[in-house]
Amino acid sequence: MIEVPLRTTRLLPHTLLGRIGLVVLAAAITVLPWLVPSYYAELVTSAMIAAMLALSMQLLVGATGLVSLGHGAFYGLAAYVVYLISPENVALPIWITLPVAMLVAGAAACVVGLFSLRTTGFFFLMVTLAFGQMIFFVFHDTKLGGGTDGAYLTKPLISAFGATLDLPRKQKYLGTYYVALVQLVAMYLGLAMLLQTLFGRALEGIRVNEHRMRAIGFDTFKIKLIAFTLAGALAGAAGHMWALHRGFVNPEIVGWHQSAEALLMILLGGLGSLHGPILGALALTGLGEVAQLLTERKLLVEGLVILAVVILLPRGLAGLGSRNTSNGAGDRHG
Amino acid sequence: MGDPAATTPANALVLCTEGLSKSFGGLQATRDVSLSLHRNELHAVIGPNGAGKSTLVNLLAGEFTPSAGRILLEGRDITSLNVWQRTRAGVARSFQRTNIFLPLTVHENVRLAAQARTGTLASLLSRAANSRTLFEITDLAIERVGLTQSRLRPSGELSHGEQRQLEIAMTLATDPKVLLLDEPLAGMGQEEGERISALLKSLARDHAVLLIEHDMDFVFKVADVMTVLVEGAVLASGTPQSVRESAAVQAAYLGGHA
Amino acid sequence: MTLSSFLAQILNSLQYGLLLFLISSGLTLIFGVLGVINLAHGSLYMIGAYTAFVVARAVGSLWIALPVAMLGGILLGSLLERFLFRYFYKREHLDQVLLTFALILLFEEGRSLLVGNDFYSVPIPAALDFSIPIVEGFSYAAYRFVVIVCCLVLAAALFVWIERTKMGAIIRAAAERPEMVDALGIDPRRVHLTVFAVGTALALTAGALNAPLSSVYPNMGDNLLIISFVVVVIGGLGSVSGAFWSALLIGLIDTMGKAYAPKASGLAIYVLMAIVLLWRPNGLFGQRGT
Repeated sequence: MIEVPLRTTRLLPHTLLGRIGLVVLAAAITVLPWLVPSYYAELVTSAMIAAMLALSMQLLVGATGLVSLGHGAFYGLAAYVVYLISPENVALPIWITLPVAMLVAGAAACVVGLFSLRTTGFFFLMVTLAFGQMIFFVFHDTKLGGGTDGAYLTKPLISAFGATLDLPRKQKYLGTYYVALVQLVAMYLGLAMLLQTLFGRALEGIRVNEHRMRAIGFDTFKIKLIAFTLAGALAGAAGHMWALHRGFVNPEIVGWHQSAEALLMILLGGLGSLHGPILGALALTGLGEVAQLLTERKLLVEGLVILAVVILLPRGLAGLGSRNTSNGAGDRHG
Repeated sequence: MGDPAATTPANALVLCTEGLSKSFGGLQATRDVSLSLHRNELHAVIGPNGAGKSTLVNLLAGEFTPSAGRILLEGRDITSLNVWQRTRAGVARSFQRTNIFLPLTVHENVRLAAQARTGTLASLLSRAANSRTLFEITDLAIERVGLTQSRLRPSGELSHGEQRQLEIAMTLATDPKVLLLDEPLAGMGQEEGERISALLKSLARDHAVLLIEHDMDFVFKVADVMTVLVEGAVLASGTPQSVRESAAVQAAYLGGHA
Repeated sequence: MTLSSFLAQILNSLQYGLLLFLISSGLTLIFGVLGVINLAHGSLYMIGAYTAFVVARAVGSLWIALPVAMLGGILLGSLLERFLFRYFYKREHLDQVLLTFALILLFEEGRSLLVGNDFYSVPIPAALDFSIPIVEGFSYAAYRFVVIVCCLVLAAALFVWIERTKMGAIIRAAAERPEMVDALGIDPRRVHLTVFAVGTALALTAGALNAPLSSVYPNMGDNLLIISFVVVVIGGLGSVSGAFWSALLIGLIDTMGKAYAPKASGLAIYVLMAIVLLWRPNGLFGQRGT
C-alpha cells in the first residue's frame, strides 16, 4: 500500500532544470564581486537582504496564505536592535548581534500574532499594518533610536570561534556580501526543509482551507502563530543584515512600505514558489537602479511597473510560464 | 480504531445532549433538544427544511456555542470545547456542502486529517515523506470508503459522489468515536446512494453515527434510531417503527403517506 | 491643566474625530460594499489638501477650493472605480494591496512633479481669521468651528443618504452581505461607482477642509490612513455608525494623549485596538466576520 508518490510541496522547484538553475544562480552570485566594481557588489548585497525579507514573508503569504502588512516592522525592529545593543565605537561579534536581533524580532512577531491572528482577511491586513506602524512610531516619535533622523551604528564584527574576519577597509563590502549570501542560502534551504515536514503540510492545508483544517482537528491558531513568529525572526535576520550592510538605521526601514515592497517582490517572482521572492528581489532592485539612473524618479517607475504587473500578469512573472493554478484556494476566507 | 470494545458494553452511551438550545437574534433554531447516541448505533435526525438539523450538527461539532444546555461525550462535558478540540476528543463531522482540499489528491486530503493528532512539535521534526503510520491510517480510511482506486487523483477531479466518500474518509482518519454526517447523500444518484448506504451500515458497526438526512425511504432503511425535529424541537424519537407509527409525526410531517 | 485649555482640547478632539470620520467612513464603505482594501485612501486625503492649496493659491480663496475638492473627488473616484477598481473586486487581497500601493506611489510622484516636495501652509480665509470667545479667558479659532460644522453637515448628509434612501438601504444590506447587491434591483455597478465616488469625495473634502490647520506636505496621508484603519477595525467592517463613534473615540484619545501624556499618546490608540480585538474580534459595532 505504500508506493504513494509524495509531491514535494508546491513551493519547491519540481524539475531538475529548476534546481540546476538555482545552483547556477548561487554560483554566479558567488563569483560576481570579483568581476564587477564594488558599487554593484553592494547593490547585490542590498538585493540579497531584500530577498531574505521577501523569502521570510513567503512563509506567510505563499505557504500559509496570510497577507501581512506588518512584516517589515520586524525587519526594521531587528536593525534597530543591532543599534541599541551596540555600545558606541565597539563592534560586537555577529554571533551575539544576529541571535539577539532574531530573538527580539521573533518575540515581537509572536505578540503581534497573538492579537492579529484572531482575525482574517481584511481585518488581518489592517491589524498587522496598524501594529507595524505602532513599532514604527516608537522609533519615529521617541529618542530611542535617534528619532526621525535615524542613527549611525557600529557595524558588528564578522567573527567566529575567536577568529575575526579583518578585511582592509576597501574590501569590507566583501565580508557583508558573503555573509548575506550564506544567510540567504541557509534561509532558503531551511524553509525548503520546513515545508517538507508535516508542519509544512499543515501550513498548506491552512492556506487551502483553514475551516476544514479546524474541523479535522488542527489547532490552526497555534500553527499560524508559529509560522508568524518564525517569519518574524527570519525577517529579523534580514534586518540585522541591513544594519550590518549600511551601518545606519532610520524609521523608514520600519515603515509599512517595506512590507508592501516585499509583497511586490513575492508577486513579481510568483506566489507559488520559494525561489520566486529571491528572483523578485533581484529583479526589483535591478529595476530600481535602472529607473534611478534613467529618470531619477524611481517611485514613478516602480508604481507603473506594479500597476502593469497586477493588471496584466495576475499570477506574477512566474505566471508567464505555464505554472499550474491553485484555484482551490477559493474559500480561504470562508 | 477507537477504544477496545471489550472494556465497554457494545451499546454504551457515547454522546448525549441535555436541553440544548440555540437562538440567533430572536430566532430560536434549536429548542431544548435532548438526545443520546450509543456505540454501534446509527441515529438518524430527520425533519423538514428549516427544522434546525444543520444547527444541531453545528452545535455538536462546536461550530456554534449553544445558548443553553450541555453536550456530554462519554460523561465528560464538552460544551465549551471548540471545533478542533471536539474533533480531537472524538467527535468528527462531515459537511453538507463538500468541504475538502481541492488542489490536493485523495491521499493527501485524508493524510492531513490523519496528521491532525501529531503534536505540533513532532510535526516540525518529521518529514512528511517518512510518516509510515500516517500512510497506513490514511490507506485504511480510503479503503474503508472504497476510494482505493482513486487515491492518487486530485480531489477536484472526483465525481460528486466520490467527493462525498472522501469527506467520510477524512472524518474517519481523525479516529472518531462519534461520526456526525450531514446529508452524506446530498445530490447523489441511485447507485452511489446504495454504496453509501452500505458504507453507513458498516460504519455503525464500530462507531456511534449521527446521520442528518432528507430522504425518508433511505432513513427508514438504515437507521437504528430516529429523531424527528420540527421547528428546532424534538417531535418524536425512537425506533423507525415507533416513529412511523407516531401520531404526532404522521400529522405534522409524514402527511400520512409513509 | 486649566479649564480653558481642557475645553480647547475637547473641541480639538471633536474636530479631529469628525475629520477622521470623513476619511474612515469612505474606507469602511469601500471595504464593506466593494470588498476592496484601499491603501491609497490616505493619498486621496493628500490630494484634497493639495487641491485646496493649489486652488487657494491660484484664486486666493479657500471657499472655491472646497467645492472644487468635493467635485474633483467625485470625478476622481468615478474614474478610479470605472477604469481600475472594478476589475479588482474578485481578485486576491494581495493584488488589491499592490494595486493601491502602486496608486500611492503614483499619486505622490504626481504631487512631486506638479507641486514639488516642499511644505506649504494654506492661509485661513481672512473672514474667519479670528477667535470666538467661549468663556472668560478662553476663545477658540473660528475656522476650527467652521470645520466642525462642515464635518457635521457632511456626516448628517451621509447618514440621511444611508438611512433614508433606497440606495442607502442597498448599501447597508450589501455591507452585511455583499451578495445582496445583485438581488436588490439596482444595477450593482451603479452602487459600486457611487460608493467609491462618495468615499473618494469625502476623503478629498477632509483634506481640503483641514489644509489650513495642518499645512500640506509629502506623504501627509500616510499617518491618517493607518489611524483610519484603526477606526475601521474598532468600528467594525462596513459600519458607518460604528466608524462615527469610533472616530470620535480615537480623536478624543489621540488629542488628549498628545496634550496630557505626550510620551504615551502614540501608543494609546493601538493599545485600544488590541483590547477591542481581544474582546470583540469583529470590532465594537461589527455585525459580520471578515
